[in-house]
Amino acid sequence: MNRPKVQKYVRPKHIDDYPVGPQFTAGHLSETNAAWRTFRPIIDKDLCINCLRCYIVCPDGVIFKSENKVDVDYDYCKGCGVCAYECPVDAIKMVKEELL
Amino acid sequence: MNNTDIKRITPKNITDKEFFYGHKACAGCGGSIAVRLALKVLGERTFAVLPAGCMSAVGFIFPQMAFVNNAIISTFPGSASMASGVSVGARALGLKDYKTVVFAGDGGTADIGLQALSGAIDRNEDIIYVCYDNEAYMNTGIQKSGLTPFGTKTTTTPAGKNIHGAQSFKKNMFEIMAAHEIAYAATASIGYPQDYIDKINRAKHTKGTSFIHVYASCPTGWGIPTETTVQIAKEAVDSGLFYLAEYQNRKFKLNKNPKSFFSAKDYLLKQARFKHLTDDDINIIEQQRDEKWEYMREHWK
Amino acid sequence: MSNKKLFISGDEAVAIGTKLSRPNVISAYPITPQTVTVERLSEMVESGELKAEYMHVESEHSAMSAAMGVSAVGARAFTATSSQGLLYMAEGLHYASGGRYPIVMMNANRSLALPWSIYGDQRDSLSLLDSGWIQVYVEDAQEALDMIIQAYKIAENKDVLTPFMINLDGFVLTHTYELVEIPEQEKVDEFLPPFQTPNKMSFEEPKNLAFSTTPADNLEYKYQQNRAMFNSINVINDVDKEFGDKFERYYGGMVQEYRCDDAEVVMLTLGSITGTVRMIVDKLRDEGKKVGLLKIRYMRPFPEKEIIKLAKNVKAIGVVEKDISFGYEGTVFTNVNSALSKIDNAPLSLNFLCGMGGRDVSKSDIYNMFISLFNAVKGEKQKRVQFINMGVETDE
Ligand SMILES: Cc1ncc(C[n+]2csc(CCOP(=O)(O)OP(=O)(O)O)c2C)c(N)n1
Ligand code: SF4
Ligand code: SF4
Ligand code: SF4
Ligand SMILES: [Mg+2]
Repeated sequence: MNRPKVQKYVRPKHIDDYPVGPQFTAGHLSETNAAWRTFRPIIDKDLCINCLRCYIVCPDGVIFKSENKVDVDYDYCKGCGVCAYECPVDAIKMVKEELL
Repeated sequence: MNNTDIKRITPKNITDKEFFYGHKACAGCGGSIAVRLALKVLGERTFAVLPAGCMSAVGFIFPQMAFVNNAIISTFPGSASMASGVSVGARALGLKDYKTVVFAGDGGTADIGLQALSGAIDRNEDIIYVCYDNEAYMNTGIQKSGLTPFGTKTTTTPAGKNIHGAQSFKKNMFEIMAAHEIAYAATASIGYPQDYIDKINRAKHTKGTSFIHVYASCPTGWGIPTETTVQIAKEAVDSGLFYLAEYQNRKFKLNKNPKSFFSAKDYLLKQARFKHLTDDDINIIEQQRDEKWEYMREHWK
Repeated sequence: MSNKKLFISGDEAVAIGTKLSRPNVISAYPITPQTVTVERLSEMVESGELKAEYMHVESEHSAMSAAMGVSAVGARAFTATSSQGLLYMAEGLHYASGGRYPIVMMNANRSLALPWSIYGDQRDSLSLLDSGWIQVYVEDAQEALDMIIQAYKIAENKDVLTPFMINLDGFVLTHTYELVEIPEQEKVDEFLPPFQTPNKMSFEEPKNLAFSTTPADNLEYKYQQNRAMFNSINVINDVDKEFGDKFERYYGGMVQEYRCDDAEVVMLTLGSITGTVRMIVDKLRDEGKKVGLLKIRYMRPFPEKEIIKLAKNVKAIGVVEKDISFGYEGTVFTNVNSALSKIDNAPLSLNFLCGMGGRDVSKSDIYNMFISLFNAVKGEKQKRVQFINMGVETDE
């Protein structure tokens, strides 16, 4: 998966631990967005025709090409349902998190 | 505008890297699709400049830095001029093979940032300016902008008995940009992602200033289910209320010229921001649309 | 070999100082009385004498915004403005200081509308004293040229990284011709190294800049910014010395004292009026009066230490300024009194507001200011804030 991952972030203890001015490492993620999700997209790999529509339209870029068609980075999926709505063969089901 | 001379970027060959990741946009945000796809086309040697607005607000909350490439927030009115400075400064240092892109909202583009944008085009700065149009000032809580269409209910154009939402029509940004004889301008929609990718790619290969006006739905501000973000942006085009076109070398081109339109009424009434519209209001909107299309079909063959 | 001298205006001196500092990009918008500076710079770029990009921005807001973009990729930026232009870029001023972009800017001090006036006063820059910029006020064209070079060195210091505004009184300095010594490029290059900053975007180390903070971190960034401004005090003094050692002109750093030893009454000045006050100090000294002059060079950081040191030994302090904060007093005066409040038995202080909108200030006006201070020392009641040279009665 070619995606940034959450990194351990240690809060500064001394003023000099802060960067000079508002500047920080590009792509530094200190937390995930998984808690935003009420529904989780589940991809049925047997149905999937690997058209990559979901990969292109996901607002969060969390669908990635994998050995077996496409997969989801659940750390950053917000459960918006765009992928499932746009899938031409209904290969993605949105399933309530607590039912999983 | 003949796209055969540059290698096409498709879902199959587009980089698997993500450059806008872990951001805090609402679920189903159309603006983030526009930002994300553009950066995948432009690649890592890109400086991104974003004025105040949703995309900067959700992308740069220290210490959560959602841009994997170089990126900076500008003042609300100053995105085109800051991007100009970035582009010129990098050139002055002898940097080669880089791109500078702006992602600004409709308000940041058609209203407060218009002057700086006009100046940048006049200087023909080597920048790509992407206006993600969600048709209101979303970041400050859905107020009317110069690109808010007629009849839209926003928090500053309430829909009441006396006034049915916004009374002005959407500024014609695309033609305002073309009137500058800009190197390249296009309209696009996240509902047609391949067309949008092609246009960003065209801009990437254009020397001088490019402007891309991309229709980018906002479930929060429009009152639509999050999963329908892409679909609604497609319907905007299919209903003729938005159009896909390009401008280059003093020529306009319509990229999509449907024989018949998807129902404007259906498109409008499924959104909370248009729920209050009467048939008369919708007639006005359709009449505007038809006049526009008559003009475009005649002049932009 | 004697150094090259040119008979030039303040605006031209700024242009030459800028050229010698080798900026990568100039982004500026014309406004009287700054125009000559940007015209000369444009000519230098055209002739190839100055290898920089000149950006013809469409406003001052964009001039500052572009300068920040330039700085954000690690290139050296210059801009220049005045009056309405300075106000128009006000958003950018705070942005640049908070962003820690060490941009150097010349401001031709000019009155603010309304009523319209193109003449000089200091209300433009003083109303932006809180914008986080280092502010220096120069007295003549030579100092203007020299301070552009020093400005880059101070602003770009790694412990400072703060933008720098050089203020020149409109017309009195910008348009008056003087003989100015031009430093050699080679020596300037030795003095001023190329710009380096950790606070930039690059492909070796991609960054996200100018981000937002939650309340959990905002104060720390502001503390850091304030600390950088305080750090600049030592740097200002060091750079003044280093500059003097190399170019044989010392300005005194934060302030410049004139005949202050044993002085009982001292006038504090800002900018070009200093020359006239110096002459009156000489005249009064000839009359046997113990008077002196303290030229405030920097308004930010504020020379509190220097003022306190001086004030401990004097009976009265006058503050002359071309400015007013409506509903109170002159801003320089307020700042000076804040310093005075930190000592026991502080001298009395009077505020002389003059020169606004280009109103003349004559030698006799200055002389009378000193008389007023002497009278106050004697115990005669004086107006604390005096409008100098009112043309009509005011019933006050
Ligand atoms: C000079 C200035 N005026 C007003 C604002 C407040 N402001 C910040 S974002 C914004 C709205 C942005 O709207 P738009 O450009 O359409 O982007 P969106 O939030 O919809 O993505 C406003 C009004 C500001 N930051 N700066
Ligand atoms: S639910 Fe939304 S965020 Fe999650 S994978 Fe699908 S489109 Fe992406
Ligand atoms: S949209 Fe559906 S079919 Fe296409 S790749 Fe995604 S899951 Fe597979
Ligand atoms: S308000 Fe709209 S544009 Fe802003 S982040 Fe949310 S969905 Fe995106
Ligand atoms: Mg908007």
